[in-house]
Amino acid sequence: MLLLGQPIISNLFWGEAMKIDNSLLIQLESLSKIELSESERELARKDLQSILNFIDTLSELTTDGFEESTSEIVNSVREDAVTAAPDREAIMQNAPSVKEGFFAVPKVIE
Amino acid sequence: MKKICDMTAVEISTAIKAKEITVTEAVLAFFDEINKYDGILHCFNCTDKDKALKRAVEIQKKIDRKELTGLLAGVPVAVKDNILTKDFPTTCSSKMLNDFISPYNATVIERLLNEGAILIGKLNMDEFAMGSTTESSYSGLTRNPWDISKVPGGSSGGSAACVSARLSPVSLGTDTGGSIRQPCSFCGVSGLKPTYGSVSRYGLVAYASSFDQIGPIAKDVDDCAALYSVICGKDGHDSTVSDIGFDFKKVSADNISKMRIGIPEQFLCGEISEDVKNAILKSAEVFKYSGAEVEVFSMPILKYAVPAYYIIACAQASSNLARYDGVKFGFRAEDCNSLQEVFINSRSQGFGMEVKRRIMLGSFVLSSGFYEAYYKKALKAKRLIENEFLKAFEKFDIILSPVSPTTANKIGEFADNPLGMYLGDIYTVPVNLAGLPAFSCPCGFDKNNMPIGMQLIGKHFKEEEILSAAKAFQNVTDFRKRAPELSFGGESI
Amino acid sequence: MKWETVIGLEVHTELATNTKIFCGCSAKFGAEANTDICEVCTGMPGALPVLNKKVVEYAIKTGIATNCEITRYTRFDRKNYFYPDLPKAYQISQLYLPICHDGYIRIDTPEGKKAIKIHEIHMEEDAGKLIHDKEENCTLIDFNRCGIPLLEIVTEADFRNADEVIAFVEKLREILQYTGVSDCKMQEGSLRVDVNLSVRLKGQEDFGTRTEMKNLNSFHEIRRAISYEEKRQIELLEKGKKVLQQTRRWDNAKGVSVSMRSKEDAKDYKYFPEPDLPAIQITDEMLESIKASMPELPESKRKRYTDTFGLSEYDAQLLTSDVYISEFFENTVSLSSDCKEIANWILGELLRLLKENCIETKSIPVTPKNLIDIIQMVKENKINRTTAKEVFEKVFTESVEPIKYVQDNNLLLITDFSRIKSVVEEVIRDNEKSVSDYKSGKTSAFGFIVGQTMKALNGKAPVQEVQKILKERLG
Repeated sequence: MLLLGQPIISNLFWGEAMKIDNSLLIQLESLSKIELSESERELARKDLQSILNFIDTLSELTTDGFEESTSEIVNSVREDAVTAAPDREAIMQNAPSVKEGFFAVPKVIE
Repeated sequence: MKKICDMTAVEISTAIKAKEITVTEAVLAFFDEINKYDGILHCFNCTDKDKALKRAVEIQKKIDRKELTGLLAGVPVAVKDNILTKDFPTTCSSKMLNDFISPYNATVIERLLNEGAILIGKLNMDEFAMGSTTESSYSGLTRNPWDISKVPGGSSGGSAACVSARLSPVSLGTDTGGSIRQPCSFCGVSGLKPTYGSVSRYGLVAYASSFDQIGPIAKDVDDCAALYSVICGKDGHDSTVSDIGFDFKKVSADNISKMRIGIPEQFLCGEISEDVKNAILKSAEVFKYSGAEVEVFSMPILKYAVPAYYIIACAQASSNLARYDGVKFGFRAEDCNSLQEVFINSRSQGFGMEVKRRIMLGSFVLSSGFYEAYYKKALKAKRLIENEFLKAFEKFDIILSPVSPTTANKIGEFADNPLGMYLGDIYTVPVNLAGLPAFSCPCGFDKNNMPIGMQLIGKHFKEEEILSAAKAFQNVTDFRKRAPELSFGGESI
Repeated sequence: MKWETVIGLEVHTELATNTKIFCGCSAKFGAEANTDICEVCTGMPGALPVLNKKVVEYAIKTGIATNCEITRYTRFDRKNYFYPDLPKAYQISQLYLPICHDGYIRIDTPEGKKAIKIHEIHMEEDAGKLIHDKEENCTLIDFNRCGIPLLEIVTEADFRNADEVIAFVEKLREILQYTGVSDCKMQEGSLRVDVNLSVRLKGQEDFGTRTEMKNLNSFHEIRRAISYEEKRQIELLEKGKKVLQQTRRWDNAKGVSVSMRSKEDAKDYKYFPEPDLPAIQITDEMLESIKASMPELPESKRKRYTDTFGLSEYDAQLLTSDVYISEFFENTVSLSSDCKEIANWILGELLRLLKENCIETKSIPVTPKNLIDIIQMVKENKINRTTAKEVFEKVFTESVEPIKYVQDNNLLLITDFSRIKSVVEEVIRDNEKSVSDYKSGKTSAFGFIVGQTMKALNGKAPVQEVQKILKERLG
């Protein structure tokens, strides 16, 4: 006989998550080097808000005393021996702009 | 004799070795199907018939000289378009990599080539593997061969649909949160998401490094096992691959009689469709009939899997996709007057909305002040979920569950509701969080004759156990043998 | 002086490995642009890092030599930011669990020994090089340096003046060279120093607002930059103005530090553990085997040189300040016990010739055996000092074999006394006046007679012998 428990989706805790306002959105755009148009931004704000509300359910879970998950493999290393056969042309064939063997970008101002 | 396109990969290679068919005939048979149906289905981002035929001749010689004796010698294979190939463009179905030619082959491609497989083309997917419908592809959506008004699932939509429609005997997909299993379920084919760390990710365009795995998609268990045995194993280019191997010969339907199978009750309630639930319950009966013990158990922590998954996946994606900045490769926006314009305009114009959304969410959960509450917390949740699975595996050999709460949805259904789409991943993402292997295979059809898939989750590196169970299931059912009726064929490519 | 300067350092050193930290590309300096690059170090899609085990070994060696705790379970993190010299748009570095922490290096100050605390040492990858094309208004990128292994050594804010900073960097350089971890060629950028500097009123507990000056490449630059920056900050504070927390670039040509324009947006590196690299578990065995392979460090060498070889503190200091010089010294001493004489030759002639010929100490063209041969010949009166120096120079510049050279060129001193005696007779005969002057008590005439004798012998007789024979003959 199968035991039916609580439904998972309807049982979600829709808590008060961080409010995604325009200034936070612009900050995230800047961190991501992405610029949204005004219409995209309104849509993104709405979507990100609902996703954020949802992922905030994780805050209910008690994780005190637990370490973060890490790979069980350790010490996966290689010897210090040259193995690469450099092929500048192959590596640079997709570059949008190349000049005299260099990748080129508009002037960088420090 | 069966039509070539209805044969499995193992059957094709056996027929080639027995000189019943030639490699060229095999290649041509699938290109005929592609020609007829891919104009509508759009499984492929690109194909190369000339190259495939040329290689077919070379491979035929090697097979004749017995230099190639492997399971896939002479077999046509199609691969998802986020796996790097020197001979085909690799676009990730994104404008960002629209013209990208990789300078190197992925490890899995090298292994397929050494085995004597014939690459026939690259398969459509959600942009950068982000999505569950293949609708976010820059090259246009893929249609479900069972009902062309429906999606094939995603992100490996092209990989599942092409096997389902018999356009390729087998294919490679990739699974980060269900991207092999869910489209297999939607398209009525079989697919394996291997244990994290069993297949090299070298040359797989990274989405979420902690979850991404390449895996086989095929019509049955044997083909999946054969393809998996070729691609898995230690690789000097990927430090996260384990040296625990896979023994093809250990896959046996007889193993089922001793197995204990558990079903998490959390996976049979809520938004799950009645048809899907019934198919899973019926499958449980099939396993019992085959000699396994089946029991329902509780795993309350599963409800935290989706939020934890999206936090980790988006965070890693925001970092993995930062390299697409218009400098070294990929799309660069025109008329950029400053470096910042190169960065911002290239990324804003080169990425689609779903990708942007995940990058921005990822930037948020990693940004200072939020890291502890989100990313670190999610890594701890990942540990807890791993622990719960380990506990469950003390009692069970295999966990049985649905793959998706529903069968394939209509095209456009989630256009305005990304969260709704994310919630469809509830049964698949816990497996990625715990790094476990899982096999998805057809186990029924709904009232609209759309395929339903079940998922068999195994212990770490115990692929042979889930494949054995699936084989036992296949031996007494015939869901896998049904093919979609393609009534729209035409010379449209 | 009512102000006190407070300085902390971040030192980056490139490691002397054959290959880069995460790929099999050559790590040598000076290759043609973008020739030592592959899919990994240019951040191509799908590429993955694989750690060079030598980097871990070198980091541990440095940690041991600087009295650090070694982190037994260590891993890498990603530091995310957009910049064209960083192809993945993240640098693989260590934030949460750096491989070494809590060490110190002792330096000498006028007030005595002072321990400078090391906060941590971590492993990371270097970035590429940007070249600014003046004509075309564009920037060119060379990724050869991308992925060269670096150690970043972070000190506490323990320095109070430039002398202490210089003393520390010198000591650190010594350690890195001795352990073979880095060649520390500052002109090639393989040792780069970032200076964090603030000033405060003497006696004040809290630190002032600090500025960071990046990539100082020579001791001279470090000294000038510190003196400029402390003056600038004090002037600001004395005028009642505030020091702004900022990164400044030292312009060595103009002798000023200038504020760098911020990299467009607020710094948020979004650090998180690198998922592509498993952790490193450093076992007792690994640590023991690295310890066993450690060379003797300069401090202990200096003590041994004064105690065992009887050298002065000063000579010991000079000999150990360069790993290759000390190696040469020790190899030579192992052939002969004439420590003081050997030290004099090395610190005199050898260093002079290296400097004049612009030869690195790494490639000394003389062998220890060469030097011993020369010293031995002087000791046995076969050649005199002047000849010895000439021979040494020939050995240095033309790699001749000293004993053979002396013989072939007829440089051996005459040890045949009968020949010396007969020449003495001739000189006495030809210089009657001087002889009688000497005999009448004019002692200065003796020197002239000796000189004439030496001249007649072409300078090839031991002068002491000539003097002795002359004295006997003239009474």
